[in-house]
Amino acid sequence: MTETEPVAFPQDRTCPYHPPTGYDPLRAARPLTRITLFDGRQAWLVTGHDTARTLLADPRLSTDRTRDGFPAPTARFAGLRKRRTALLGVDDPEHRVQRRMMVPGFTLRRAAALRPRIQEIVDERIDAMIAQGPPAELVTAFALPVPSTVICALLGVPYVDHDFFEGQSRRLLRGPAAEDVMDARDQLEEYIDELIDHKQKRPEPGDGVLDELVHGQLRNGELTRQDVIALAIILLVAGHETTANMISLGTFTLLQHPDRLAELRTDPALVPAAVEELMRMLSIADGLLRMALEDIEVAGTTIRAGEGVLVSTSVVNRDEAVYADPDTLDWHRPARHHLGFGFGIHQCLGQNLARAELEIALHTLFDRLPTLRLAAPAEDIPFKPGDTIQGMLELPVTW
Amino acid sequence: MHIDIDKDLCIGAGQCALAAPAVFTQDDDGYSTLLPGRADGGADPMAREAARACPVAAITVSGTAG
Repeated sequence: MTETEPVAFPQDRTCPYHPPTGYDPLRAARPLTRITLFDGRQAWLVTGHDTARTLLADPRLSTDRTRDGFPAPTARFAGLRKRRTALLGVDDPEHRVQRRMMVPGFTLRRAAALRPRIQEIVDERIDAMIAQGPPAELVTAFALPVPSTVICALLGVPYVDHDFFEGQSRRLLRGPAAEDVMDARDQLEEYIDELIDHKQKRPEPGDGVLDELVHGQLRNGELTRQDVIALAIILLVAGHETTANMISLGTFTLLQHPDRLAELRTDPALVPAAVEELMRMLSIADGLLRMALEDIEVAGTTIRAGEGVLVSTSVVNRDEAVYADPDTLDWHRPARHHLGFGFGIHQCLGQNLARAELEIALHTLFDRLPTLRLAAPAEDIPFKPGDTIQGMLELPVTW
Repeated sequence: MHIDIDKDLCIGAGQCALAAPAVFTQDDDGYSTLLPGRADGGADPMAREAARACPVAAITVSGTAG
Protein backbone atom coordinates (compact mmCIF):
# COMPACT_ATOMS: atom_id res chain seq x y z
CA MET A 1 0.00 0.00 0.00
CA THR A 2 1.32 3.43 -0.89
CA GLU A 3 0.66 6.38 1.36
CA THR A 4 -1.80 7.77 -1.17
CA GLU A 5 -3.97 4.63 -1.19
CA PRO A 6 -7.43 5.90 -0.17
CA VAL A 7 -9.20 4.61 2.94
CA ALA A 8 -11.41 1.52 2.50
CA PHE A 9 -15.17 2.10 2.61
CA PRO A 10 -17.35 0.75 4.16
CA GLN A 11 -15.71 -0.49 7.37
CA ASP A 12 -17.14 -2.12 10.50
CA ARG A 13 -17.96 0.13 13.42
CA THR A 14 -15.88 -0.25 16.56
CA CYS A 15 -18.66 1.11 18.78
CA PRO A 16 -22.16 0.55 17.35
CA TYR A 17 -23.20 4.20 17.76
CA HIS A 18 -20.04 5.88 16.46
CA PRO A 19 -18.54 5.87 12.95
CA PRO A 20 -15.71 3.33 12.59
CA THR A 21 -12.42 4.61 13.99
CA GLY A 22 -11.08 3.70 10.55
CA TYR A 23 -13.05 6.71 9.23
CA ASP A 24 -11.01 9.19 11.28
CA PRO A 25 -8.92 10.14 8.21
CA LEU A 26 -12.20 10.72 6.31
CA ARG A 27 -13.47 13.02 9.06
CA ALA A 28 -10.27 15.02 8.71
CA ALA A 29 -10.76 15.29 4.93
CA ARG A 30 -13.85 17.45 4.44
CA PRO A 31 -15.82 18.10 2.38
CA LEU A 32 -14.90 15.33 -0.06
CA THR A 33 -12.20 12.73 -0.41
CA ARG A 34 -11.27 9.53 -2.23
CA ILE A 35 -12.09 6.03 -0.96
CA THR A 36 -11.39 2.48 -2.10
CA LEU A 37 -14.37 0.14 -2.57
CA PHE A 38 -14.33 -3.62 -1.92
CA ASP A 39 -13.39 -4.38 -5.55
CA GLY A 40 -10.40 -2.04 -5.53
CA ARG A 41 -12.22 0.62 -7.48
CA GLN A 42 -11.90 4.18 -6.22
CA ALA A 43 -14.78 6.59 -5.71
CA TRP A 44 -15.53 9.92 -4.10
CA LEU A 45 -16.79 10.04 -0.52
CA VAL A 46 -18.72 13.13 0.52
CA THR A 47 -17.86 14.05 4.11
CA GLY A 48 -18.95 17.71 4.46
CA HIS A 49 -22.53 18.63 5.41
CA ASP A 50 -22.92 21.51 2.98
CA THR A 51 -21.41 19.61 0.07
CA ALA A 52 -23.58 16.57 0.84
CA ARG A 53 -26.74 18.72 0.68
CA THR A 54 -25.58 20.27 -2.59
CA LEU A 55 -24.70 16.97 -4.25
CA LEU A 56 -27.72 14.98 -3.03
CA ALA A 57 -29.93 17.67 -4.59
CA ASP A 58 -27.99 17.62 -7.90
CA PRO A 59 -29.84 15.86 -10.75
CA ARG A 60 -26.50 15.10 -12.45
CA LEU A 61 -25.98 12.40 -9.81
CA SER A 62 -27.91 9.23 -10.62
CA THR A 63 -29.17 6.47 -8.30
CA ASP A 64 -29.97 4.13 -11.19
CA ARG A 65 -27.85 1.15 -10.26
CA THR A 66 -28.47 -0.57 -13.60
CA ARG A 67 -26.15 1.98 -15.28
CA ASP A 68 -22.76 0.68 -16.34
CA GLY A 69 -20.11 1.73 -13.86
CA PHE A 70 -22.50 2.33 -10.96
CA PRO A 71 -20.44 1.87 -7.76
CA ALA A 72 -21.01 -1.27 -5.69
CA PRO A 73 -20.21 -1.27 -1.95
CA THR A 74 -20.25 -5.10 -1.68
CA ALA A 75 -19.97 -8.12 -3.97
CA ARG A 76 -23.56 -9.14 -3.19
CA PHE A 77 -24.87 -5.69 -4.21
CA ALA A 78 -23.13 -6.06 -7.56
CA GLY A 79 -25.20 -9.20 -8.20
CA LEU A 80 -28.49 -7.39 -7.70
CA ARG A 81 -27.64 -4.37 -9.81
CA LYS A 82 -29.64 -5.35 -12.87
CA ARG A 83 -32.86 -5.95 -10.93
CA ARG A 84 -35.51 -3.29 -10.90
CA THR A 85 -35.48 -1.22 -7.70
CA ALA A 86 -38.39 1.19 -7.41
CA LEU A 87 -38.07 4.73 -6.02
CA LEU A 88 -34.49 4.63 -4.70
CA GLY A 89 -33.17 2.99 -7.87
CA VAL A 90 -34.73 5.28 -10.49
CA ASP A 91 -33.99 8.84 -11.56
CA ASP A 92 -36.41 11.61 -12.46
CA PRO A 93 -38.68 11.87 -14.36
CA GLU A 94 -39.65 8.21 -13.74
CA HIS A 95 -38.90 8.57 -10.04
CA ARG A 96 -41.18 11.56 -9.71
CA VAL A 97 -44.16 9.58 -11.05
CA GLN A 98 -43.56 6.76 -8.53
CA ARG A 99 -42.93 9.10 -5.61
CA ARG A 100 -46.04 11.14 -6.27
CA MET A 101 -48.17 8.00 -6.22
CA MET A 102 -46.74 7.08 -2.82
CA VAL A 103 -46.81 10.45 -1.09
CA PRO A 104 -50.47 10.48 0.06
CA GLY A 105 -49.85 7.29 2.07
CA PHE A 106 -46.90 8.79 3.95
CA THR A 107 -47.86 12.34 4.93
CA LEU A 108 -47.47 13.83 8.39
CA ARG A 109 -51.24 13.64 8.75
CA ARG A 110 -51.33 9.93 7.90
CA ALA A 111 -48.47 9.26 10.33
CA ALA A 112 -50.32 11.22 13.03
CA ALA A 113 -53.50 9.25 12.36
CA LEU A 114 -51.55 6.00 12.84
CA ARG A 115 -50.20 7.03 16.25
CA PRO A 116 -52.97 5.40 18.33
CA ARG A 117 -52.51 2.13 16.41
CA ILE A 118 -48.71 2.33 16.84
CA GLN A 119 -49.22 2.88 20.57
CA GLU A 120 -51.41 -0.25 20.76
CA ILE A 121 -48.83 -2.32 18.89
CA VAL A 122 -46.04 -1.08 21.18
CA ASP A 123 -48.11 -1.76 24.30
CA GLU A 124 -49.00 -5.28 23.14
CA ARG A 125 -45.32 -6.11 22.66
CA ILE A 126 -44.37 -4.75 26.07
CA ASP A 127 -47.28 -6.66 27.67
CA ALA A 128 -45.90 -9.83 26.09
CA MET A 129 -42.37 -9.08 27.33
CA ILE A 130 -43.68 -8.56 30.85
CA ALA A 131 -45.75 -11.75 30.66
CA GLN A 132 -42.74 -13.82 29.55
CA GLY A 133 -39.83 -12.17 31.30
CA PRO A 134 -37.52 -10.76 32.37
CA PRO A 135 -35.15 -11.24 30.62
CA ALA A 136 -35.87 -10.68 26.91
CA GLU A 137 -34.03 -10.40 23.61
CA LEU A 138 -35.20 -6.98 22.53
CA VAL A 139 -34.63 -7.28 18.77
CA THR A 140 -37.02 -10.23 18.36
CA ALA A 141 -39.37 -9.27 21.20
CA PHE A 142 -39.80 -5.59 20.34
CA ALA A 143 -37.53 -3.77 17.89
CA LEU A 144 -38.42 -5.90 14.86
CA PRO A 145 -42.10 -6.80 15.46
CA VAL A 146 -43.21 -3.21 16.16
CA PRO A 147 -42.27 -1.67 12.77
CA SER A 148 -43.06 -4.93 10.99
CA THR A 149 -46.63 -4.88 12.32
CA VAL A 150 -47.00 -1.18 11.51
CA ILE A 151 -45.83 -1.48 7.90
CA CYS A 152 -48.08 -4.52 7.38
CA ALA A 153 -51.07 -2.48 8.54
CA LEU A 154 -50.11 0.48 6.36
CA LEU A 155 -49.42 -1.54 3.21
CA GLY A 156 -52.08 -4.21 3.63
CA VAL A 157 -49.65 -7.15 4.00
CA PRO A 158 -50.81 -9.97 6.33
CA TYR A 159 -48.65 -9.90 9.48
CA VAL A 160 -48.97 -13.71 9.77
CA ASP A 161 -46.36 -13.83 6.98
CA HIS A 162 -43.84 -11.83 8.99
CA ASP A 163 -41.35 -14.66 9.57
CA PHE A 164 -41.13 -15.12 5.82
CA PHE A 165 -40.66 -11.51 4.74
CA GLU A 166 -38.46 -10.56 7.68
CA GLY A 167 -36.18 -13.50 6.89
CA GLN A 168 -36.04 -12.71 3.18
CA SER A 169 -35.44 -9.01 3.90
CA ARG A 170 -32.53 -9.99 6.12
CA ARG A 171 -31.05 -12.08 3.28
CA LEU A 172 -31.71 -9.30 0.76
CA LEU A 173 -29.79 -6.77 2.86
CA ARG A 174 -27.09 -8.98 4.33
CA GLY A 175 -26.70 -12.03 2.12
CA PRO A 176 -24.23 -13.40 3.01
CA ALA A 177 -23.64 -14.50 -0.61
CA ALA A 178 -24.80 -12.83 -3.82
CA GLU A 179 -26.91 -15.97 -4.44
CA ASP A 180 -28.77 -15.36 -1.17
CA VAL A 181 -29.58 -11.83 -2.24
CA MET A 182 -30.87 -12.92 -5.65
CA ASP A 183 -32.90 -15.77 -4.19
CA ALA A 184 -34.38 -13.52 -1.49
CA ARG A 185 -35.41 -11.04 -4.15
CA ASP A 186 -37.02 -13.85 -6.22
CA GLN A 187 -38.93 -15.13 -3.22
CA LEU A 188 -40.18 -11.68 -2.25
CA GLU A 189 -41.31 -11.06 -5.85
CA GLU A 190 -43.20 -14.34 -5.88
CA TYR A 191 -44.81 -13.56 -2.52
CA ILE A 192 -45.99 -10.08 -3.59
CA ASP A 193 -47.20 -11.48 -6.91
CA GLU A 194 -49.48 -13.89 -5.03
CA LEU A 195 -50.58 -11.16 -2.68
CA ILE A 196 -51.61 -9.03 -5.69
CA ASP A 197 -53.63 -11.99 -7.04
CA HIS A 198 -55.35 -12.28 -3.72
CA LYS A 199 -56.14 -8.57 -3.58
CA GLN A 200 -57.45 -8.56 -7.17
CA LYS A 201 -59.93 -11.30 -6.31
CA ARG A 202 -61.39 -9.34 -3.40
CA PRO A 203 -64.54 -7.50 -4.48
CA GLU A 204 -63.87 -4.61 -2.09
CA PRO A 205 -60.33 -3.25 -1.74
CA GLY A 206 -58.80 -3.30 1.72
CA ASP A 207 -57.48 -0.04 3.14
CA GLY A 208 -53.74 -0.65 2.67
CA VAL A 209 -51.46 1.28 0.32
CA LEU A 210 -51.02 -1.90 -1.78
CA ASP A 211 -54.79 -2.32 -2.04
CA GLU A 212 -54.98 1.23 -3.39
CA LEU A 213 -52.26 0.50 -5.96
CA VAL A 214 -53.83 -2.80 -7.08
CA HIS A 215 -57.35 -1.40 -7.40
CA GLY A 216 -56.14 1.96 -8.71
CA GLN A 217 -52.94 2.33 -10.73
CA LEU A 218 -52.58 -1.36 -11.66
CA ARG A 219 -56.19 -1.68 -12.80
CA ASN A 220 -56.14 1.52 -14.85
CA GLY A 221 -52.78 0.71 -16.44
CA GLU A 222 -50.71 3.50 -14.86
CA LEU A 223 -48.48 0.80 -13.33
CA THR A 224 -47.52 -2.65 -14.57
CA ARG A 225 -47.61 -5.66 -12.30
CA GLN A 226 -43.80 -5.59 -12.18
CA ASP A 227 -43.93 -1.93 -11.12
CA VAL A 228 -46.28 -2.76 -8.23
CA ILE A 229 -44.11 -5.68 -7.15
CA ALA A 230 -40.95 -3.54 -7.15
CA LEU A 231 -42.70 -0.77 -5.19
CA ALA A 232 -44.14 -3.22 -2.67
CA ILE A 233 -40.75 -4.82 -2.03
CA ILE A 234 -38.95 -1.59 -1.29
CA LEU A 235 -41.78 -0.28 0.90
CA LEU A 236 -41.98 -3.53 2.85
CA VAL A 237 -38.21 -3.97 3.31
CA ALA A 238 -37.37 -0.31 3.98
CA GLY A 239 -40.49 -0.02 6.13
CA HIS A 240 -39.41 -2.44 8.82
CA GLU A 241 -35.65 -3.09 8.69
CA THR A 242 -34.57 0.51 9.11
CA THR A 243 -36.89 1.38 11.98
CA ALA A 244 -36.12 -1.92 13.72
CA ASN A 245 -32.43 -1.02 13.66
CA MET A 246 -33.11 2.46 15.00
CA ILE A 247 -35.15 1.03 17.89
CA SER A 248 -32.51 -1.56 18.85
CA LEU A 249 -29.51 0.72 18.43
CA GLY A 250 -31.39 3.71 19.92
CA THR A 251 -32.23 1.67 23.03
CA PHE A 252 -28.64 0.46 23.35
CA THR A 253 -27.32 4.02 22.96
CA LEU A 254 -29.71 5.42 25.57
CA LEU A 255 -28.79 2.64 28.02
CA GLN A 256 -25.14 3.62 27.55
CA HIS A 257 -26.01 7.23 28.45
CA PRO A 258 -27.81 6.89 31.82
CA ASP A 259 -27.75 10.60 32.66
CA ARG A 260 -29.35 11.48 29.33
CA LEU A 261 -31.89 8.70 29.73
CA ALA A 262 -32.83 9.97 33.21
CA GLU A 263 -33.46 13.41 31.74
CA LEU A 264 -35.65 11.95 29.00
CA ARG A 265 -37.71 10.05 31.56
CA THR A 266 -38.40 13.16 33.61
CA ASP A 267 -39.31 15.28 30.57
CA PRO A 268 -41.11 13.33 27.83
CA ALA A 269 -41.49 16.58 25.84
CA LEU A 270 -37.83 16.03 24.88
CA VAL A 271 -38.60 12.77 23.06
CA PRO A 272 -38.99 14.25 19.53
CA ALA A 273 -35.68 16.12 19.87
CA ALA A 274 -34.07 12.95 21.25
CA VAL A 275 -35.24 11.00 18.19
CA GLU A 276 -33.74 13.63 15.84
CA GLU A 277 -30.46 13.55 17.76
CA LEU A 278 -30.39 9.74 17.63
CA MET A 279 -31.06 9.89 13.88
CA ARG A 280 -28.08 12.24 13.53
CA MET A 281 -25.76 10.34 15.79
CA LEU A 282 -26.56 6.77 14.71
CA SER A 283 -26.76 7.40 10.93
CA ILE A 284 -27.77 3.79 10.38
CA ALA A 285 -27.97 4.06 6.57
CA ASP A 286 -24.39 5.04 5.77
CA GLY A 287 -22.82 5.27 2.30
CA LEU A 288 -25.62 6.58 0.03
CA LEU A 289 -24.78 5.53 -3.53
CA ARG A 290 -24.66 7.79 -6.59
CA MET A 291 -22.90 8.02 -9.96
CA ALA A 292 -22.01 11.24 -11.78
CA LEU A 293 -23.68 11.51 -15.21
CA GLU A 294 -21.70 14.63 -16.14
CA ASP A 295 -18.62 16.45 -14.84
CA ILE A 296 -19.59 18.27 -11.65
CA GLU A 297 -17.58 21.11 -10.11
CA VAL A 298 -17.99 21.13 -6.36
CA ALA A 299 -15.90 22.44 -3.47
CA GLY A 300 -12.99 23.26 -5.80
CA THR A 301 -12.90 19.72 -7.18
CA THR A 302 -14.14 18.16 -10.40
CA ILE A 303 -16.11 14.94 -10.13
CA ARG A 304 -15.82 13.31 -13.56
CA ALA A 305 -18.74 11.79 -15.45
CA GLY A 306 -18.91 8.07 -14.66
CA GLU A 307 -17.28 8.34 -11.24
CA GLY A 308 -18.92 6.84 -8.17
CA VAL A 309 -19.98 9.22 -5.40
CA LEU A 310 -20.87 7.92 -1.95
CA VAL A 311 -22.22 10.04 0.88
CA SER A 312 -21.22 8.93 4.37
CA THR A 313 -24.13 10.04 6.53
CA SER A 314 -22.24 9.02 9.69
CA VAL A 315 -19.35 11.31 8.79
CA VAL A 316 -21.50 14.14 7.39
CA ASN A 317 -23.70 14.14 10.50
CA ARG A 318 -20.61 14.76 12.62
CA ASP A 319 -19.38 17.76 10.68
CA GLU A 320 -17.93 20.09 13.33
CA ALA A 321 -18.84 23.10 11.20
CA VAL A 322 -22.53 22.31 11.77
CA TYR A 323 -22.68 20.33 15.03
CA ALA A 324 -20.58 21.46 17.98
CA ASP A 325 -19.04 18.56 19.90
CA PRO A 326 -20.54 16.15 17.35
CA ASP A 327 -19.58 12.90 19.10
CA THR A 328 -21.69 13.77 22.16
CA LEU A 329 -25.33 12.72 22.43
CA ASP A 330 -27.08 16.00 23.16
CA TRP A 331 -30.70 16.63 22.19
CA HIS A 332 -30.50 20.24 23.32
CA ARG A 333 -28.48 20.99 20.20
CA PRO A 334 -30.37 21.81 17.02
CA ALA A 335 -29.96 18.42 15.31
CA ARG A 336 -32.28 19.59 12.56
CA HIS A 337 -30.97 19.26 9.00
CA HIS A 338 -29.14 16.02 9.77
CA LEU A 339 -28.92 13.69 6.80
CA GLY A 340 -30.09 10.58 8.65
CA PHE A 341 -33.05 10.34 6.26
CA GLY A 342 -30.94 11.43 3.27
CA PHE A 343 -31.61 14.56 1.20
CA GLY A 344 -32.79 15.46 -2.29
CA ILE A 345 -35.53 13.73 -4.23
CA HIS A 346 -34.81 10.35 -2.62
CA GLN A 347 -35.09 11.57 0.97
CA CYS A 348 -36.83 8.85 3.01
CA LEU A 349 -40.49 8.51 2.00
CA GLY A 350 -41.37 6.97 5.36
CA GLN A 351 -39.61 9.47 7.61
CA ASN A 352 -42.77 10.85 9.20
CA LEU A 353 -43.96 7.35 9.99
CA ALA A 354 -40.49 6.45 11.31
CA ARG A 355 -40.46 9.47 13.64
CA ALA A 356 -43.88 8.51 15.02
CA GLU A 357 -42.78 4.90 15.58
CA LEU A 358 -39.47 5.85 17.21
CA GLU A 359 -41.03 8.44 19.51
CA ILE A 360 -43.73 6.05 20.70
CA ALA A 361 -41.51 2.95 20.91
CA LEU A 362 -38.61 4.54 22.82
CA HIS A 363 -40.80 6.61 25.15
CA THR A 364 -43.13 3.72 26.02
CA LEU A 365 -40.34 1.18 26.46
CA PHE A 366 -38.53 3.26 29.11
CA ASP A 367 -41.78 4.49 30.65
CA ARG A 368 -43.23 1.03 31.21
CA LEU A 369 -39.93 -0.71 32.03
CA PRO A 370 -38.17 1.96 34.11
CA THR A 371 -35.47 -0.44 35.31
CA LEU A 372 -34.62 -1.67 31.79
CA ARG A 373 -30.92 -2.50 31.49
CA LEU A 374 -28.53 -4.63 29.48
CA ALA A 375 -28.42 -8.32 30.46
CA ALA A 376 -24.87 -8.79 29.13
CA PRO A 377 -21.69 -6.69 29.15
CA ALA A 378 -22.12 -3.98 26.48
CA GLU A 379 -18.90 -4.96 24.72
CA ASP A 380 -20.14 -8.56 24.27
CA ILE A 381 -23.38 -7.62 22.47
CA PRO A 382 -23.10 -8.20 18.72
CA PHE A 383 -24.00 -5.53 16.18
CA LYS A 384 -24.20 -5.44 12.39
CA PRO A 385 -21.18 -5.29 10.11
CA GLY A 386 -20.40 -2.04 8.29
CA ASP A 387 -21.61 -3.17 4.87
CA THR A 388 -25.33 -3.04 5.66
CA ILE A 389 -27.83 -0.96 7.64
CA GLN A 390 -26.41 -0.45 11.13
CA GLY A 391 -28.11 -1.85 14.23
CA MET A 392 -27.90 -4.49 16.92
CA LEU A 393 -27.87 -8.19 15.96
CA GLU A 394 -29.14 -9.02 19.43
CA LEU A 395 -30.02 -6.95 22.47
CA PRO A 396 -30.31 -8.99 25.68
CA VAL A 397 -32.13 -6.92 28.31
CA THR A 398 -33.63 -7.36 31.74
CA TRP A 399 -35.63 -5.13 34.13
CA MET B 1 -41.53 38.22 4.12
CA HIS B 2 -42.97 36.37 1.14
CA ILE B 3 -43.10 32.61 0.66
CA ASP B 4 -43.24 30.77 -2.65
CA ILE B 5 -43.67 27.00 -3.05
CA ASP B 6 -42.68 25.35 -6.33
CA LYS B 7 -45.19 22.51 -6.49
CA ASP B 8 -43.44 20.97 -9.49
CA LEU B 9 -40.38 20.37 -7.31
CA CYS B 10 -42.22 19.33 -4.13
CA ILE B 11 -41.87 15.61 -3.28
CA GLY B 12 -44.25 15.71 -0.32
CA ALA B 13 -41.61 14.98 2.32
CA GLY B 14 -43.55 17.15 4.77
CA GLN B 15 -40.42 18.73 6.25
CA CYS B 16 -41.82 22.27 5.95
CA ALA B 17 -44.97 21.34 7.86
CA LEU B 18 -42.80 19.64 10.48
CA ALA B 19 -40.48 22.64 10.89
CA ALA B 20 -43.08 25.43 10.71
CA PRO B 21 -46.52 23.93 11.37
CA ALA B 22 -48.06 27.40 11.83
CA VAL B 23 -47.19 28.31 8.23
CA PHE B 24 -47.11 25.13 6.12
CA THR B 25 -49.29 22.07 5.77
CA GLN B 26 -49.65 19.18 3.33
CA ASP B 27 -52.65 19.10 1.01
CA ASP B 28 -54.67 15.92 0.38
CA ASP B 29 -52.14 14.75 -2.21
CA GLY B 30 -49.30 15.34 0.23
CA TYR B 31 -47.85 18.48 -1.35
CA SER B 32 -46.69 21.49 0.55
CA THR B 33 -49.17 24.31 0.81
CA LEU B 34 -49.47 27.46 2.90
CA LEU B 35 -52.06 27.70 5.63
CA PRO B 36 -54.69 30.35 4.85
CA GLY B 37 -53.33 33.87 5.20
CA ARG B 38 -49.73 32.74 5.67
CA ALA B 39 -48.17 33.68 2.31
CA ASP B 40 -46.34 36.38 4.30
CA GLY B 41 -44.96 33.74 6.66
CA GLY B 42 -46.95 35.15 9.57
CA ALA B 43 -43.66 36.56 10.88
CA ASP B 44 -42.73 33.01 11.89
CA PRO B 45 -38.94 32.72 12.16
CA MET B 46 -39.33 29.02 11.45
CA ALA B 47 -40.41 29.75 7.87
CA ARG B 48 -36.74 30.08 6.89
CA GLU B 49 -35.95 26.87 8.75
CA ALA B 50 -38.67 25.19 6.72
CA ALA B 51 -37.10 26.42 3.48
CA ARG B 52 -33.74 25.01 4.59
CA ALA B 53 -35.32 21.73 5.65
CA CYS B 54 -36.89 21.19 2.23
CA PRO B 55 -34.86 18.42 0.55
CA VAL B 56 -35.55 19.71 -2.97
CA ALA B 57 -35.33 23.50 -2.43
CA ALA B 58 -38.98 23.96 -3.41
CA ILE B 59 -39.54 26.78 -0.90
CA THR B 60 -38.30 30.35 -1.37
CA VAL B 61 -38.55 32.88 1.42
CA SER B 62 -37.88 36.44 0.30
CA GLY B 63 -37.79 39.78 2.07
CA THR B 64 -37.02 40.52 5.70
CA ALA B 65 -38.67 38.92 8.70
CA GLY B 66 -41.83 40.57 9.97
